Amino acid sequence: MTSFTVRRLLLVVPTMLAVVTIIFLVMRVLPGDPAIVMLGNNASEEALRSLRDKLGLDDPFWMQYFTYLGGLLQGDFGKSLVNNRPVAPQLLNALPYTASLAVGGVLVGVVLGIPLGVVSALKRNTFIDFFCRILALGGISFPAFYLGILLIMIFSMRLNWFPIIAGSHLDLRHLTLPILSLGLIQAATIARMSRSSILEVLRKDYVRTARSKGLPSSIVILKHVMRNSLIPIVTVIGFSIGLLLGGAILTETVFNISGMGKVLVGAIYQRDYPLIQGGLVVFAGFVVLVNLLVDLTYGLIDPKVQYD
Amino acid sequence: MDVKRLFKDKIALTGGVLLLAILIVALFAPLLSPHPPSRQNVIDQLEGPSSTYLLGTDQYGRDVLSRLLWASRPSLFIGVSSILLALLGGLILGMTAGYYGGAVDHLLMRFADIVMSFPSLVLGLMIAVVLGGGMVNTTIAISITFVPRFARLVRGSTVSVREEYYIEAERAIGSSSLRIFSRHLLPNIIGPIVVMSTLWVGQAIRVEAGLSFLGLGVQPPTPSWGTMLKAGMDNFLRASHLATYPGLCIVAVVLAFNLLGDGLRDRLDPTLRGD
Repeated sequence: MTSFTVRRLLLVVPTMLAVVTIIFLVMRVLPGDPAIVMLGNNASEEALRSLRDKLGLDDPFWMQYFTYLGGLLQGDFGKSLVNNRPVAPQLLNALPYTASLAVGGVLVGVVLGIPLGVVSALKRNTFIDFFCRILALGGISFPAFYLGILLIMIFSMRLNWFPIIAGSHLDLRHLTLPILSLGLIQAATIARMSRSSILEVLRKDYVRTARSKGLPSSIVILKHVMRNSLIPIVTVIGFSIGLLLGGAILTETVFNISGMGKVLVGAIYQRDYPLIQGGLVVFAGFVVLVNLLVDLTYGLIDPKVQYD
Repeated sequence: MDVKRLFKDKIALTGGVLLLAILIVALFAPLLSPHPPSRQNVIDQLEGPSSTYLLGTDQYGRDVLSRLLWASRPSLFIGVSSILLALLGGLILGMTAGYYGGAVDHLLMRFADIVMSFPSLVLGLMIAVVLGGGMVNTTIAISITFVPRFARLVRGSTVSVREEYYIEAERAIGSSSLRIFSRHLLPNIIGPIVVMSTLWVGQAIRVEAGLSFLGLGVQPPTPSWGTMLKAGMDNFLRASHLATYPGLCIVAVVLAFNLLGDGLRDRLDPTLRGD
């Protein structure tokens, strides 16, 4: 297990390096001059030249790249073009909101999605199964941000149970609706995968053997079916965290949450390149981290994975 | 694929009928719209449903129903064309990686994995920032986010058939790679890929709606469900109906593609039937 973990951990380094390189390259082909963004269209050529020199924009491409990489390694994401404040603290302040949404959304997704998938698979071709499948199919067709809008209409505007805007609050009252809007969509995805994964395992010989030797149904389901169905379920949970992060950008806009998504969208509107670049690195880093955790979980669930 | 059997599949049939209805609406939007979609009427702004404006008006006094009908066009256009573009890119990359194997395969698939480590919307945002908004640029941005997924799928299917006797026979008689790709590989791998394409069109439409909602997709005055949803949200307290209808349209079209894709998948793989 240790060597598997170390190997997998080491793989994070080239992946992150490639991700950072792609973001750096994409940001360099962006139209517009950062110096003009900072000083405005009416700035004199001399002022622009001086700022370009200060920001290192006239340096050779490779030098800019290594300066940026060196900065990242020391936690320096550069300075915002709009407010001239370091990017890292701005992202760090926003991170808890997005992380809360992501963790909450995944929890809701797992707690609702797995039981829904299990029930649907065990009651295959019954009314319950049909109902669960329609619910899941409807769920994956809903954009999370639209669900958020509907939840606001019902629970904030009509029933007055929750505030419309979550803003900079990190409590359950403010975050319940955004978490639900992300989590319910997650639940639909997880339920679909759980159902098909369990149906697949239910057909296996070892399940038939377990049943024929007289084991109670609960033991067969928990010890034989569930454990063997977990790998695809964990995969889809990991994959849907990526989708959830994308959804969080929109959900934060809907609920006006001061998270990473709002920072990123705000930076895009203002063409604040260092902030866009930093936001993208953190988003992609988050997904790389989730993929790492998913892979390490495989090792725990299925010992065979460690020897591949 | 047996079309008659497909019609017997209630899920696929429901999806197909729903999609056909949406396509008809998109096609005949100019005839079906009671008002020109961009005609502003400040006196009638933010009105509720009435006999003149069946679904009410927006903040500029434009007819919501007419705009909804016209907005089906960019959504369907971007959803379908971005997936077709991605399919083309994915076929080229995936077949090359799967057929030649070795370093080419390793390099292309690692690149695909890295690109896939960006959530679709984040990657779409990144590319939309570079290219700018508009229908064509949004189509390109979304298609780029789907290319790695297609490449992975195509590569997997290619690897499973590249050692078949009929491919080996073609190689033995000296057929060119292009001929092997187009005459033998493609027809044998395309089935599951078409099915996934159907499911992914729904996802592409969701990404488009998200980008337009953020103001980075379809640009006004072209009506789009995403921008209409954003306008509805901005006028939430005064006219909540504005946000309800465009969202329902997005759900309906995505659901149609998902139902059709699910049905097609079940037909293609009988072991999944009813799964």
